[in-house]
Amino acid sequence: MTSSMSLPRLDEPMMPTTKPTVKTYAIPTRGDRPTVPSIFEKSQPGLRGVDLPALDVPTHEIPEAILGETPDLPELGQLQVARHYSHLCERNFSVDANFYPLGSCTMKYNPRINEFAAAQSGLINLHPMQDEADVQGLLQILFETRRFFEVISGLPEVSLQPAAGAHGEFAALKVIRAYFTDHGQPGRHIVIATDNAHGTNPASCMMCGAAVVKVKTAGGYTDLDDLRRLIDEHGSENIAALMITNPNTAGLFDTCISEVAQLVHDAGAMMYLDGANMNAILGKVRPADFGTDIMHYNTHKTFSTPHGCGGPGSGPIAACSKLAPYLPVPQVVKQERDGHTVYSLDWDRPKSIGKVRSFFGQVGVLVRCWTYIAACGPDGLRNVAETAVLSANYLAARLRNEFEMPFFHPEDGHFAAHEFVTVPKSLLARGVTLLDIAKRLIDYDIHPPTMHWPVHDCLMVEPTETESKETLDRFADAMLAIAEQIKRDAESMAQAPEHAVVRRLDEVAAARKPVLAYERSG
Amino acid sequence: MDYTQLTDRQREEMLATIGVASVDDLFTAIPEAQRLTGLLDLPKARSELELQRDIAKLAGRNVGTDQLACFMGAGAYDHFIPTLIDHFTSRGEFLTAYTPYQAEASQGALQAFFEFQTQIARLTGMDISNASLYDGATAVVEAIHLALTHTRKRRVLVAETLLPEYRRVVRTCLSDLPVEYVAIPACAETGMTDVEALLSLIDDDTACVVVGSPNMFGLIEDWSACFAVAHEAAKTQAIAVFNPIACALLKASGACGADIAVGEGQPLGIPLQFGGPYLGLFAATKNLIRKMPGRLIGQTVDADGRRSFCLTLQTREQHIKGERATSNVCTNQGLMALRATMYMSTLGAGGLREVAEQCYHKAHYLAERITALPGYSLKYPAGAFFHEFAVTCPKSAAEVIAAGRVRGLLPGVPLCDPQLDGAGGPNDLLIAVTEKRTKAEMDDLVDVLAAIG
Repeated sequence: MTSSMSLPRLDEPMMPTTKPTVKTYAIPTRGDRPTVPSIFEKSQPGLRGVDLPALDVPTHEIPEAILGETPDLPELGQLQVARHYSHLCERNFSVDANFYPLGSCTMKYNPRINEFAAAQSGLINLHPMQDEADVQGLLQILFETRRFFEVISGLPEVSLQPAAGAHGEFAALKVIRAYFTDHGQPGRHIVIATDNAHGTNPASCMMCGAAVVKVKTAGGYTDLDDLRRLIDEHGSENIAALMITNPNTAGLFDTCISEVAQLVHDAGAMMYLDGANMNAILGKVRPADFGTDIMHYNTHKTFSTPHGCGGPGSGPIAACSKLAPYLPVPQVVKQERDGHTVYSLDWDRPKSIGKVRSFFGQVGVLVRCWTYIAACGPDGLRNVAETAVLSANYLAARLRNEFEMPFFHPEDGHFAAHEFVTVPKSLLARGVTLLDIAKRLIDYDIHPPTMHWPVHDCLMVEPTETESKETLDRFADAMLAIAEQIKRDAESMAQAPEHAVVRRLDEVAAARKPVLAYERSG
Repeated sequence: MDYTQLTDRQREEMLATIGVASVDDLFTAIPEAQRLTGLLDLPKARSELELQRDIAKLAGRNVGTDQLACFMGAGAYDHFIPTLIDHFTSRGEFLTAYTPYQAEASQGALQAFFEFQTQIARLTGMDISNASLYDGATAVVEAIHLALTHTRKRRVLVAETLLPEYRRVVRTCLSDLPVEYVAIPACAETGMTDVEALLSLIDDDTACVVVGSPNMFGLIEDWSACFAVAHEAAKTQAIAVFNPIACALLKASGACGADIAVGEGQPLGIPLQFGGPYLGLFAATKNLIRKMPGRLIGQTVDADGRRSFCLTLQTREQHIKGERATSNVCTNQGLMALRATMYMSTLGAGGLREVAEQCYHKAHYLAERITALPGYSLKYPAGAFFHEFAVTCPKSAAEVIAAGRVRGLLPGVPLCDPQLDGAGGPNDLLIAVTEKRTKAEMDDLVDVLAAIG
């Protein structure tokens, strides 16, 4: 955050008023942080931010029966609109400006060549139902993207349709259900998920009508005995799948993943991989090689497509040959016709589960993936994983004396994958909360790590491969400085953040009496 | 280029701090037999300059709506997009920011989403809106899920005139649930939902009634009549599927009695881009607030009493509630919601109304000219339409489309297309007209039709 945040904005009175009174307009002192008036408060009825060509056809009467009111929306000149969003921009952290050591979300740099690609007029101005002859270039990109994801997973077929990771989970679970129903085993309705699974895993099961049971993890690893017990208890003939994240949410590659896969396959069930942590293993191991039958990718994590304040992402799913016929329609395919290579959409997949969203998928996001993978190449992708893992272990090593790490034991060969979990018990014992630590990081211009997940009172740190050593060191230094401050003056931590555009929010009040829209004026 | 930025020397220093000799030592947890020894079978890395050339070449192989006058719709529409939107959504502060869980570091996005929620609530005439879902089709699915949990009933009535694309997604998503999907038939003559039939289908076990307007033929449905029937059964939820541009001109969902209003936000400043990313809009009456799917932004104050914003009612969401969450949605369409709010702010109420009026007048001009041609008629002449209409041609829609394409036009979507569930005969063409179409382009289309008629 820059110091300009605290300067007054001459075009925006802090106290909008409708009365023509003379008001005193004090220059805010340094440290004051004026809020940005809402776009509604800036409205001057009758203004427009942009014009349209004059109507060049006769008007046609609109029947009274269907005619509605003009919506009550703000009206501004274009400069006011531009200033509004400029000012809002200044009140946001972003990867472009801030370090985001955010476990499980892989906030890597978003290369601008990806944006250049996605903004090509020949790619964005295509109607989803245009004839395939007019969209050969795009279909080629989509087909190649599909192939890239197949190669990276080692699985034979990918569907690009799901709109995000959770949507990919949902689609994949539908695929598994469809397979079992088709093979006379509709009773397989139970999905086993690890007790440290992403919240989306059980929620996706619920949306598919599957029952979820949780298998324990011990020291971060799947408890094989508990898995055996669960399979026995629920009956192997009722188990549809195991959903597992590997490397897991404790930041560890599950060393017994092959045994897990064996138990799942012996039960006749499918092993589903939540691909949230693919960044740690790109080009090092293929999910198919450790027994994965079906998985999703999070392209906005692993493949550098921007998070955009929370989407759009995309969640391609990769499936083994047994499950592939059940993937969503349409599938993008490459054919040879009369000596020419032709790309097209194949709708003729009788076993398909159908569609899980409209049209083809998050095409603009997929174009960015293609660009990223093409830029990295196979050696680059492997270096991504190696550097991400190196950076995470480096940070863990620098911090472990002050921040306890339940799963990071390098002396026993237990290294972090691309992220690590710290439960800073001794610091918390001094009367500060995890929130205090997180909010203090904001004062250092660093986005706080993921909190309270996968275990209570933990921070989950994932630096990604794109950060410089200087940034990693600055983060470690900030964390150590915070530890020092806690030891020196724990009480002062409750004041954090002190240098953000707002101080700590009352989130409890927000939930108790929710206000989700501006009140109408007058 | 893999965008890493560590020197060899720095890597050595980092390995020394960890206490290992090589990066490979960090990967020993992967069983040796599974570890890849060679490289993935992918094309070798390309430089940025090569990529710029390759992308331009591939993009250049497509012929899109920047070169052809687009009369195609069926759920995706070619609207004018103010330049300002691309600029501000390209700014790193929005483009590369994370989901605003850390409110103090995300006030910009949170305020913008709060304003988006307000705009969508007002546009639809509903009390509240969420901060986005994936697209129109998945928004319909989420609305049905909400109705199912809210009513604890199991029959889902969906109008046959709802976009086939949406019905297809709904059927897939409901298929393994203890839910009965019932189609509300359309009246063959009018192309509109048969309200009498709806009345006979509704019963005490009906969770919701889903009706889209404009419908798949562009016709304006009688939401008020349909939803009055829906409300005859206790608790049954009326779900309106709307077009946000039409909302600026026609009776809003809320005014017609909808409990939940969902729609595709693509017309609000989002490029066609072959189907996505788009934007799911979700609005509802306030009694449903704690059952809403997706993210909600609430207003609150900071420690100094300043107005500020945060994600709220997160106990509905998957990261807190797991299998008891209201939905599995996590990452949504943040940047697309930003596009939509910027679009609405730039055009303003008056501008949005004018876009809708121009769509209406231009579509009616074109429909009048086409139906004046011998052999051409509206497939459903009795109903009022907004900016899309079905025409029965004297030749096949495929021939019309091919002839138009030669003249630089995309004349429309054939109603017999399997993507539209074969909703019409081979000669039926669905034509959409936005404010972007000029009289000259429409007259060109009329010439094409006249020539082959």
